Amino acid sequence: MSIKGKAYIAGIYEHPLREGTGKTVPQLHAEVAKGALEDAGLHKNDIDAYYCAGDVPGMGGINQAEYMGLKLRQIDSTETGGSSYVLHVRHAAQAIAAGHCKVALITLAGRPRADAKENYSVRPGGGAPADYGFEAPFRPSIVNMYAMVAKRHMHEFGTTSAQLAWVKVAASHHAQHNPHALLRDVVTVEDVLNSPVVSDPLHRLDCCVMTDGGGAIIMVAPEIAKSLKRPRIRVLGAGEAPKHLNGGKVDLTYSGAIWSGADAFAEAGVKPSDIKYASIYDSFTITVVVTLEDLGFCAKGKGGAFVADGNLISGVGKLPFNTDGGGLCNNHPSDRGGITKVIEAVRQVRGEAHPKVQVPNCNLVLAHGTGGLLGSRMGSATVIMDREDA
Amino acid sequence: MSDATTKTAPRSKIRAPRINDESRPFWEATTRGELLVKHCTACGENHYFPRTFCPFCFSDATEWLKCSGRGTIYTYSVTRRGEPYAIAYVTLEEGPTMLTNLIDCDFDRLAVGQAVKVKFVDTGEGSALPFFVPG
Repeated sequence: MSIKGKAYIAGIYEHPLREGTGKTVPQLHAEVAKGALEDAGLHKNDIDAYYCAGDVPGMGGINQAEYMGLKLRQIDSTETGGSSYVLHVRHAAQAIAAGHCKVALITLAGRPRADAKENYSVRPGGGAPADYGFEAPFRPSIVNMYAMVAKRHMHEFGTTSAQLAWVKVAASHHAQHNPHALLRDVVTVEDVLNSPVVSDPLHRLDCCVMTDGGGAIIMVAPEIAKSLKRPRIRVLGAGEAPKHLNGGKVDLTYSGAIWSGADAFAEAGVKPSDIKYASIYDSFTITVVVTLEDLGFCAKGKGGAFVADGNLISGVGKLPFNTDGGGLCNNHPSDRGGITKVIEAVRQVRGEAHPKVQVPNCNLVLAHGTGGLLGSRMGSATVIMDREDA
Repeated sequence: MSDATTKTAPRSKIRAPRINDESRPFWEATTRGELLVKHCTACGENHYFPRTFCPFCFSDATEWLKCSGRGTIYTYSVTRRGEPYAIAYVTLEEGPTMLTNLIDCDFDRLAVGQAVKVKFVDTGEGSALPFFVPG
């Protein structure tokens, strides 16, 4: 698809400030955003896509999106130095041409002169995000932030630790067939519940492994795919959505998957019950339960019951998941598991998973990635794929 | 309450916040024992963490609002590695939910929905941390 004539620049703003003392970096990003919106005659609630680079503080653009209260369908923090923002114009045009967003915001802001004068530490990533000062003193960690999601889920929906444990049990059943998995022993619900509590209600076996390594994916144009002697795996639909704390209107019971999944299913023209195999990001057992609900595999609050009794085990349950053993048993390279989710989904739809876990007639698969802190400040991405030559 | 289950945030673990121009009024207020959120005079919404722009309507007509200091536990978790501590989200009477720690309490008797009130602990660096205690 060409972007020629498919996107327009409607608003521009150059900050008049040349020395930023008295203003923070997130504040400067918001000020230029407001200026460009006013130039265009649009409101910030019209924005559905945000593009930024390394000058914005925090995890990609998510902290800044939270600062500005943006509700997004597209986020891109591709970092290519000073050229980033030109590249973002192209990315935004592609997204608009594809119908993935309608109003894209691109920002650049910083205060190197003021930082030098005030002896602020300047580091890649634009310094501390605005939330940092209000959160770091209370010692949030990856595990206790996920644990609070689990605690709230249990409170609202009656989810139990034994139900969460079933996610790990299912992953371990798959990992026993993967010679590369870090943990290959099959575990029981009791094993999980008897492992030490790290941050209640999460036990050590509710947590994913830490591993070195990585993964890669090659994507090609249709004509190249047809020239190769490989199964032609098509991306049918995709969605992405950051989620943040929304100005203090905190609701940890759902994740960004509620939006990224809906977009992916709509684009693919399929529904959750059509999916034969799902790779679900499994940083913790609670991650899987919340994500399955949000993707629509079961109703909100029913995820605990859905994963229980082996329902995620290939050949046993209704929704085989993470047949490589997932992050819980196999691999979570560099503390990021997104790429292994796509890789195992492609193995399944090609029919190249381990025979013990290969899903029969696996012609439609889903892969879902979760980044950051589930429910509170996170990235979410969903991809649905099929096999064209099947 | 036994020593094994009753924990407070140890003084040695107090971490002073990183303060900037935008957050300074909030932290200055903590040294007076006041908990502030931001109130938007354009749309009427309160928000936290406080910022110059309202995250709901994007107006910059925001002002500081002094809170009662009372709230309820939205969720919490007791981290058991090393010296135990209880991280929590507390929903304030004024609406916003904030990240904090629960101190001066029996960790085994905490509950979601429990009433709590703010208790400031001086950092010794020109700020006080808004912790919460049952009551």
